[in-house]
Amino acid sequence: MDPQRGMDRIGDLVLRDGVIQDVIWEPQIAEPSAERRVIDVMGKWVVPAWVDMHVHLREPGEEYKETIATGTAAAVAGGFGAVACMPNTKPVNDCAAVTQFIVRRASEEGYCRVYPVAAISKGLRGEELAEFGELREAGAVAVSDDGRPVMNAALMRRALEYAKAFDLLVITHAEDLALSQGGHMHEGFVSTKLGLQGIPAAAEAAMIARDVLLAELTGGRLHVAHVSTEASVWILREAKRRGIPVTCETAPHYFTLTDEAVEGFDTVYKVNPPLRTRRDVEAIKEALADGTIDVIATDHAPHSLLEKETEFQDAANGMIGLESALPLVLNLIREGVADPLTILAKVTCKPMKILGLPFDGLEPGSPANVTVIDPDAEWVVDPERFQSKGRNCPFRGWSVRGRAMMTVVDGVVRYSMA
Amino acid sequence: MAFSRKDLLGMRDLEVDEIETILDTAESLKEINTRSIKKVPTLRGKTVVHLFYEPSTRTRTSFDIAAKRLSADTYSIATSTSSMVKGETFLDTIKNLEAMRPDVFIIRHSASGTPHRIAQRTTASVINAGDGMHEHPSQALLDMLTIRQHKGRLDGLTVLIVGDIAHSRVARSNIWGLTKMGARILVCGPPTLLPSHIEQFPVRVSLRLEPVIPLADVIMVLRLQKERQGQGLLPSLREYATYYGIDRQKLAQAKPDVLIMHPGPMNRGVEISPEVADGPHSVILDQVNNGVAVRMALLYLLMQRHESAV
Repeated sequence: MDPQRGMDRIGDLVLRDGVIQDVIWEPQIAEPSAERRVIDVMGKWVVPAWVDMHVHLREPGEEYKETIATGTAAAVAGGFGAVACMPNTKPVNDCAAVTQFIVRRASEEGYCRVYPVAAISKGLRGEELAEFGELREAGAVAVSDDGRPVMNAALMRRALEYAKAFDLLVITHAEDLALSQGGHMHEGFVSTKLGLQGIPAAAEAAMIARDVLLAELTGGRLHVAHVSTEASVWILREAKRRGIPVTCETAPHYFTLTDEAVEGFDTVYKVNPPLRTRRDVEAIKEALADGTIDVIATDHAPHSLLEKETEFQDAANGMIGLESALPLVLNLIREGVADPLTILAKVTCKPMKILGLPFDGLEPGSPANVTVIDPDAEWVVDPERFQSKGRNCPFRGWSVRGRAMMTVVDGVVRYSMA
Repeated sequence: MAFSRKDLLGMRDLEVDEIETILDTAESLKEINTRSIKKVPTLRGKTVVHLFYEPSTRTRTSFDIAAKRLSADTYSIATSTSSMVKGETFLDTIKNLEAMRPDVFIIRHSASGTPHRIAQRTTASVINAGDGMHEHPSQALLDMLTIRQHKGRLDGLTVLIVGDIAHSRVARSNIWGLTKMGARILVCGPPTLLPSHIEQFPVRVSLRLEPVIPLADVIMVLRLQKERQGQGLLPSLREYATYYGIDRQKLAQAKPDVLIMHPGPMNRGVEISPEVADGPHSVILDQVNNGVAVRMALLYLLMQRHESAV
């Protein structure tokens, strides 16, 4: 299946020297030989390697939560051949030295491609712009203060303007802190029952509205991270209708879980933006179907027990996602939200296009980045067996369907179930 | 007897017959508090640990007196004297205390849900003595006992809860408990102090006091935390007192046999005027008195489960 070209057929894929040599649409049973290895994946899906444009690898600075090695091992185990990692490391990725460190470490010990996202503002403080030019040269593909919004509207405007000179995507963490402040979960019936301070949906949607207006004003490329509410969706739908250069993503937990999961006060469900209502979940699915939401990213956010085994209000936000995303994404296909190629595009060609990176899919001559999926494999999610150091997985114990059998990154088999 | 729980965490998950059992037991234990020797040997050899991570005088004292009147040994740990100030996590504190084999933890904590998290991790019984903005079940039970004593029933009564509903665990526990027992709940407060989606609760909402005061059999006045003004939720305490404070003038519109309740501590002159607080309708000190009996009942019922389990 090649979502970029809309191909969904049975065929043979020939890989040689790390490159896709040929796609043979009339499948033949090839004979293995000394120079040819044959892998029979009849009945499975061969797709371009998945791309996750929003993960937290925690290195440098919080290697006890995750490292570039463990995070990318988790990525390939989940079917991802490339990830973009957010800058809220320690130190913050706001200068070329940190970007270079990530790029080097990824080439030394990474299992998949790693695209660093640098900070919008120095130290994520929201005060001064980081040096976009130098960051771009060092290897950054986008800028974001992810984890924190850029509260100062004028600074956000300057970021969108200045990023144009270096063709950098500006990724916004949309949250009006004055509205969300003190909140620990979605504001609604459940938060009131539990007596937990809520974060209203408007805290996200109001900031998206502001940023969309700034994108229109500046013509800068804006990407909205982890969209979670119905109101966000209608603002983005209208913005796209008006031709404003904006794209967006959501994460599997926003189309799979609701705020009711928080009953019981289990901190594994604490995430920012918070899990929303059934109605928001339905709106997210509609937006995935009609193309308002371009991309599915995991927002893989590993934490150690230290950050999670505490009172709900003190626990860290975030859940891991790289190794549980695939079956949840396939659920969208099974539920009939959209056809397989539409959904697969959101985890393959679309994120690459939005990041401004070349993507060839399964085109002969392009680097061999391939994921083999068994769409019917049934398994039980067990975070104890994950490659990630994070165990903060809300899907622990879930029976799911669909699994990556093999992940090939630049011609090298980086993960194989067998 | 209809009580087999390990923990008492909130009113939301209690059944009607469990609530009745607690109230009936409290009623029967009340007599002990009137004796000259106010002590029975029922819980001799049992260990009760008070973990109060938030300031409290009346609830902690009430639980302590209740435990001691049943002859349990009690230990009190407050934030300032605990190892938390040395950096120990709450769960580590619990694990260490657990190793000393207590029978009951009575927990007050500023974080909603903490007693629930602790209850899952200890074999001892856990009583929620107030968690964040979530629940305060023993307060609701003593309120219910007080109403039942004065009105003879809960079923069919109209209870008006006035004030900061959004931040009140007392309001939440009373809403769950009283509606289960057949009472109607009216809530009234400024919109900034009403919680999100209050209309999905089994209550009727009024933004102004005047229309609902005549309907009430019981008026439950909530304490206004003065910092709400600093948070921008109120323009001034003066305006709050004018529109939502219960004073003699507003009370004149109420039913002649209306009960005035307050969980304490009171801000006299803000949510309640001194004449009303000390007036003929007030049952505020009965509430305090009933608190000991209700807490004795809770300890007794939880420990009885332990005995039968052995």
